[in-house]
Amino acid sequence: MSLFVIGYYTLLLVVSCLAAYFNKKTIFLLAFSLTLVSFVLGIVGGPGALRAVAICAGLLLLTGMVSYAFREFLIQMAESNIGLSFTNNPPVLYGCIIIPIVLIVLSRLLEWPITEFALAALILVIILIGMNSETAKELRTAPMTAAFGMFVIFTYAIAGIFAPYIAPHGEAEVISSAFAPADESMLLGADQLGRDMFSRIVYGARNSVGLALTATVAAFVLGAGAGLLAATKGGWFDQLMGRIADVIMSIPSLIFALLMLSIFGPSTLVIICAVAIIYAPRVFRLTRAVAGNVVVMDYIEAAKLRGEGTGYLIRREILPNSTAPLIAEFGLEFCFVFLLVAGLSFLGLGIQPPTADWGSMVRENATLISFGDITPLIPAASIALLTVAVNFVVDWMLFRSSGLKEQ
Amino acid sequence: MAKKEVLLNIKDLKIEGYSDETWVPIIKGVDLTLHRGEVMGLIGESGAGKSTIGAAAMGYARDGTRIVEGSKIEFDGMELTTASESEKRALRGSRIAYVAQSAAASFNPAHKIIDQHTEAPLHYRIQKRMEAQEDAMDLYERLRLPNPKEIGFRYPHQVSGGQLQRAMTAMAMSCRPDLIIFDEPTTALDVTTQIEVLAAIRDIVDQFNTAALYITHDLAVVAQMADTIKVLLKGNEVEEASTEEMLNNPKEDYTKSLWAVRSFESPQRYRPKDGTPLISVKNVDAAYTAGPKILDDVSFDIYEGMTVAVVGESGSGKSTTARVITGLLPPQKGEVLFKGEPFPPDYRNRSKDQLRQCQMIYQMADTALNPKVKISEIIGRPAQFYSGLTGADLKNRVDEILDLIELDPSKFYNRYPSELSGGQKQRIGIARALAAEPTFIVCDEVTSALDQLVAEGILRLLDRLQNELNLAYMFITHDLATVRSIADEVIVMQQGKVVEQGPKDDMFTPPHHPYTDLLLSSVPEMDPNWLTTLLEERGVDNVGDAAAAKIDPDDPRVQG
Amino acid sequence: MGDIARLVGQRLGLGLIILLIISVIIFFMVELLPGDIAQAVLGQGATEENLAALRKEMGLDQPAIVRYLAWLKDAVTFDFGSSIVTKTPVTEIIGERFMNTLFLAAYAAVIAVPVAIILGVLVALLRNSIFDRVANVATLTSISSPEFFLGYILILYFSVKWGMFPAISSLSEGMSFGELLNRTFLPALTLVLVVVAHMMRMTRAAIINLLASPYIEMARLKGTPPWKVIVKHALPNAWAPIINVVALNLAYLITGVVLVEVVFVYPGIGQALVDAVSKRDFPVVQACCLIFAATFILLNLAADVGAILTNPRLRHPK
Repeated sequence: MSLFVIGYYTLLLVVSCLAAYFNKKTIFLLAFSLTLVSFVLGIVGGPGALRAVAICAGLLLLTGMVSYAFREFLIQMAESNIGLSFTNNPPVLYGCIIIPIVLIVLSRLLEWPITEFALAALILVIILIGMNSETAKELRTAPMTAAFGMFVIFTYAIAGIFAPYIAPHGEAEVISSAFAPADESMLLGADQLGRDMFSRIVYGARNSVGLALTATVAAFVLGAGAGLLAATKGGWFDQLMGRIADVIMSIPSLIFALLMLSIFGPSTLVIICAVAIIYAPRVFRLTRAVAGNVVVMDYIEAAKLRGEGTGYLIRREILPNSTAPLIAEFGLEFCFVFLLVAGLSFLGLGIQPPTADWGSMVRENATLISFGDITPLIPAASIALLTVAVNFVVDWMLFRSSGLKEQ
Repeated sequence: MAKKEVLLNIKDLKIEGYSDETWVPIIKGVDLTLHRGEVMGLIGESGAGKSTIGAAAMGYARDGTRIVEGSKIEFDGMELTTASESEKRALRGSRIAYVAQSAAASFNPAHKIIDQHTEAPLHYRIQKRMEAQEDAMDLYERLRLPNPKEIGFRYPHQVSGGQLQRAMTAMAMSCRPDLIIFDEPTTALDVTTQIEVLAAIRDIVDQFNTAALYITHDLAVVAQMADTIKVLLKGNEVEEASTEEMLNNPKEDYTKSLWAVRSFESPQRYRPKDGTPLISVKNVDAAYTAGPKILDDVSFDIYEGMTVAVVGESGSGKSTTARVITGLLPPQKGEVLFKGEPFPPDYRNRSKDQLRQCQMIYQMADTALNPKVKISEIIGRPAQFYSGLTGADLKNRVDEILDLIELDPSKFYNRYPSELSGGQKQRIGIARALAAEPTFIVCDEVTSALDQLVAEGILRLLDRLQNELNLAYMFITHDLATVRSIADEVIVMQQGKVVEQGPKDDMFTPPHHPYTDLLLSSVPEMDPNWLTTLLEERGVDNVGDAAAAKIDPDDPRVQG
Repeated sequence: MGDIARLVGQRLGLGLIILLIISVIIFFMVELLPGDIAQAVLGQGATEENLAALRKEMGLDQPAIVRYLAWLKDAVTFDFGSSIVTKTPVTEIIGERFMNTLFLAAYAAVIAVPVAIILGVLVALLRNSIFDRVANVATLTSISSPEFFLGYILILYFSVKWGMFPAISSLSEGMSFGELLNRTFLPALTLVLVVVAHMMRMTRAAIINLLASPYIEMARLKGTPPWKVIVKHALPNAWAPIINVVALNLAYLITGVVLVEVVFVYPGIGQALVDAVSKRDFPVVQACCLIFAATFILLNLAADVGAILTNPRLRHPK
């Protein structure tokens, strides 16, 4: 025990001194403040508290290292300018996009077991297309939090897409007694029906995130489409859309969702529609504002005076100048939608059992919390981690796109 | 003049700005010596770093800039680069004061003017509140503000721009500083208002024998205000000399080129004896939805191949007239004729050919070109849209137009607007208009955002194109030098009405409508005694807004 | 002053109209039910006679417009009819619960608003310091966590492990005020955590936004010390956005309370709504939705009016 204490303080002090010697101010401040905090906590809580602090600090350090490495990895990829070989070569570009899509459709229809791989390939191609030196320049500005966010999103995407290959057991497979503790075959123990918690978490990544993503896309298509049209056309259409958005937005989102679910009953389709109706006005407002800033530009006036149609104006003139804030907004809306859907599931009104879903899993296992068991917190933490991750990335993107450079 | 005590001594000043993740130099080693009671003019084009030097003289680096180590800024024996933040703060407002460009934005909207005025004297415990207020009223009177006893108790938005600018000068004077930094104090004002403010500033600086750094891009203005002038170019000093010497005998080529600007003058063209005008505006009234009338019975003609300059101060309705002609703002009354045929009032109802005939070039090339579209498409789109050109034909046409505007096609074809300089962007704007093969182009303040040399190049280009392609221009501007160089006919507008119109040669020889006279006489000239002479001629109270208000509506010249 | 009265009047009128439209939406959405309410209540196996009887009892034989007007007339006097499931008047079910919810929201607001504004101003003052970055990460994490996650963590530590506060907020008649505060502390704290994070970020953004104004630079160049720049020059102009932030988050408190009430089994209106939704007790659902929407609109209205009243340009017209 005392060996740990001595070793711990020695390490911290050596790091602090080295940092101070090499004039690394931030590292010194971090290491030394950690030393001071450890002193206080060590005196108050004994070696136990010290160990907890050490573990926390170690975990943070580890997360930081992973994030850093992941960012460097992305920068290296981007610097290879691999995206240009796609964009400069349209046949390759369209081929690489269309083949996976065809494969996905075919595998769904003919029940080939390759849907997961085709989807992964499609996403990979889309990411690779964006990899050029411009992206590398942007990535260099990413803070650790954003890099961490990207890493988490990456992990979730893998888990969600390849769920059947990762999960050791089936989604609804009962394999032991209720609330069985963790053992070799069950990493996180069993739930209230004796199903493997870890497998359900992995499948949850597919179900919960998939539902939220679909709903967000629906809301986005609706809201952004209306917003772009309203900004371009102006006049009564703009006014009407604005008023409709006002009305929908003055009903609290969760309440509106509950109202619709009570009437149409809880089903996936109803949830998607409800979310689309509730969040489309929010997307509309932002898109309207972003596009509104573009529409007042003289080049839009020039295009209008040339006699260009609405379609051309939106596609060629407005959209290319509002992509950055719109992508950030998509992330932000995804967080809201994800939390709303998780809340509905938690209330028992979301995805219905036996489908694995994080919100429902929290509710189903909630009783364990009064015995000091953290099992119900795991799905809740999965939700929180993803929203935090997306928010970190969005925060960075918003900062970049607003061009805010405060000292 | 005896050798005076040195007040401000800047040595080898280097300042860097943060952009694109690196520090780039803005000021590259400037020396400056200012004596007590001396007024120095800092002059240069945009991006020359004048304003940054002004802030640095107060030991202040704006957000995103930093003063490089090794620079020396010595104010009255105190080194500002090594001084602590609180030591520097103790100088600001008390010994060095600042007058900003936009008074309307630089007064806090939440407090009364006089409360902001007395903030510094109270903070430094120089005066009690009542004394400070008395003093403020005294300063307001000296600066010839109307109602000096009462105006301070208003909120900033209740006072006009010219008055606010004088109130800010008074505020800078509140602690009787040794040095005032004037950062383009009259740039945002109209020419007629500018005179009043210039006169007021000059008087008060004289009265208290305050030293000043006067920052501006306008040579004629600085000639009125400064004892010595320092010329800057891209963060470097070009030369420094006393005002007289600088005006009469500039040494450096760059300085000479500044003086020589507007040597270009296109020969006066006259209307054809008969024939229909290309564009004819007939009795147009216009207003924005539910707003007051912006245009009031505006009529004029523009003939083929001629340049008509529309001049007037902000709010006179120049740009609104252009919007009516292009169809962006359908008039409430009256109509626009094109070659004698009525033009549909709303651009949406105009045919492709009608839209093609009438093109526009904008003031800000930055907002006029889509930053996400390549030059080839910006120019190519109108050619493709109107003439249906595609493939190699389209590329040839774009190359042809790029040649026409004197840009090398091979260099510019695949570039984006952000990679171009201001003048090049403006040329692309012209090219886009030309690609439609129009007969009439509206030029909305096309040179006012550009540096003088570049602007001259654009004017020459426009004149050449006019001769080659027989284009008609409607040239909206507030700059009379531009009018002199390019216009054939001049239209003077005031508050939505056409005050006077005629051939250029006639317009510049008085007597005229009193407003035209006032406008013309208010434009500063490159003579250090111009302001003094003018004030003697007209009287201190007969310039600017006061004079405009005095125009007698029954004057026979007003009736025309 | 005339301008202000006119603008405030306009906002009030607009709020009323929106409330009316929402009542229409809430009422007529139930009409979209597959089948009708009687069918939904009695289920698929109901006989035609039973259905007809129930329809008559509920007045479903009358046209929808007539029923809407009758419902609206009663709703104005807080009479929302009676529950389909328990047959008791809706007002009885939700009346007391609404007061409980208001109490919880007020409890959270009293702690959250001052803390958030002070911290927000502080963070704006110390922007881009380590403190600011830590605050940024912490608030983002707090915003991103679902309420039930925060709630259960608090229960795990404060209740199960350390035994400081009760995990279940059961209220009983005649308990002392201190006891009440103690029992509702955890749900209130959960709400505070979420709302403080939101308000802090928005206050910070509002102030930093203002710090780029030329008049702030002018104040600095007049030698005004940094704290005075914020307090005297930025804050008076930041009231409109800050009031907006506060109103938005108070509105959030009223609705976000639903999840927290379920976690802590708190007898509030949110619980009643969730119960009613799962039992498809439409009169209760409608009443709850209308009450929530009305509160939401009222708070937004208050924000608008507050922004008008603190605008110096409107307060001192030309």
